[in-house]
Amino acid sequence: MNNGTDKWDWGAVSDFMPHFWDGLLITLQVLALGSLISFSVGLLWALAFRAPTRFVRWPVGILTEFIRNTPLLVQLFFLYFVLPEWDIQYSAMTTGTIAIGLHYSTYTAQVYRAGIEAVPVGQWEAAKALSLSYTRTWTAVILPQAVRRVIPALGNYVIAMLKDTPLLASIGVLELLQRSRLEAAQSFQYTEALTVVGVAFILIAYPSSLLLRALERRLVR
Amino acid sequence: MSADTNLTKEQQNPAVDGSELIRFDKVVKRFGSNTVLDELDFSVASGKHVTLIGPSGSGKTTILRLLMTLLKPDEGTIKVGGEYLTHEERNGKLVPAGEKHIREVRKNIGMVFQQFNLFPNMKVLRNITEAPVTVLGLSKDEAEQRARDLLDLVGLGDRCDAYPTQLSGGQQQRVAIARALAMRPQVLLLDEVTSALDPELVAGVLDVLRDIAHTTDITMLCVTHEMNFARDISDQVLMFDSGRVIESGPPEKIFTAPEHDRTREFLSAVL
Repeated sequence: MNNGTDKWDWGAVSDFMPHFWDGLLITLQVLALGSLISFSVGLLWALAFRAPTRFVRWPVGILTEFIRNTPLLVQLFFLYFVLPEWDIQYSAMTTGTIAIGLHYSTYTAQVYRAGIEAVPVGQWEAAKALSLSYTRTWTAVILPQAVRRVIPALGNYVIAMLKDTPLLASIGVLELLQRSRLEAAQSFQYTEALTVVGVAFILIAYPSSLLLRALERRLVR
Repeated sequence: MSADTNLTKEQQNPAVDGSELIRFDKVVKRFGSNTVLDELDFSVASGKHVTLIGPSGSGKTTILRLLMTLLKPDEGTIKVGGEYLTHEERNGKLVPAGEKHIREVRKNIGMVFQQFNLFPNMKVLRNITEAPVTVLGLSKDEAEQRARDLLDLVGLGDRCDAYPTQLSGGQQQRVAIARALAMRPQVLLLDEVTSALDPELVAGVLDVLRDIAHTTDITMLCVTHEMNFARDISDQVLMFDSGRVIESGPPEKIFTAPEHDRTREFLSAVL
């Protein structure tokens, strides 16, 4: 029990830190780009849910339910290992970012949908009474009000996405978890590297959720 | 508070001569099994101020919503300025109108709602300029000038940069009136515009409407429970019951010597 290898080794921590920063950079890149994808694609899904024709509504509904109800890990493997058989091949980083962004877009779509439905019907009627075009009704009246309402909920999904980024290690993206595994595999000091990574996640996620709650108080009145 | 003279001059109401501006022809509107309007016929002459009165559920608001195309009639036709509103003639036959046709006819109609329905994400000035710029194609300067004149008219010239939530209900409703007038409609529909207001704010809104009624030639169609207002601005009062006009006439007659028992009952209950 008390042999030396069980003791916390600050040396191992400092050896890991350069890799840690590299990994953090990758994690944050995936998070930022993944968020952008999920925010924009999710909005497209939400608009398609309300398309005037069911030939748009139904396929989009089925596709998004399919993505939302299958595990992200399976999607990652599928995109990374199966698509190349059809000559569609991207780097692990690109594939991973698209996969996580697409996966979360099906959640943000539901958030937008709720936000759009929460805009009072009187706003649609006023837009119609003023003869505003379809495009202006959406871009100038409905979406600004809907998006404002859903910003806190979107933020929650960014935090959830942060916690899912380690899944990208499974296809070899050198994000935080993968870095710590590689480092530990060489030094056999798993405790230090994994602990640093765990603490890093808390240090990012917890203040972010506090920030969100403050934002929520300001936006939702 | 003086009226914007431009409003009168540039209105270019093609027919202020008392010709027919709105015509309902055998209009039927049902909600489920409930027939709200039953083969309704009525017309409004251009430039007139007409008030619809009657008990709740008698179909008054439905008429305004049909005119604003927020509802579609189940049967019958509606004409505005000689044009079919929800139908168009194609090869001599009357067919349901396309969106483009409806938009064209609808531009002649403005509406003020019970709940104001201002756009909360826009400042007061942009609430008013949004449609003139994007629908009528006015330049930003023109639209803003028009909006400022109208805000002066409704007594809110100093609140251009406020957001709607920073205004009282009465002020919001006055902005909503300015917003509707900025499109220079031939017809202004007023749907219980004072019902959602605190009592002390009603007078300000009614003053503005009275001012507009007396200084412009805009045609007004009002649904209201404010009988004094109806008496004050209307040329004609229509008494509704069960989806039909049961009595109509100038306000002096309706309010002092109603012919129909239902009208007498209704008036004695609300006055």
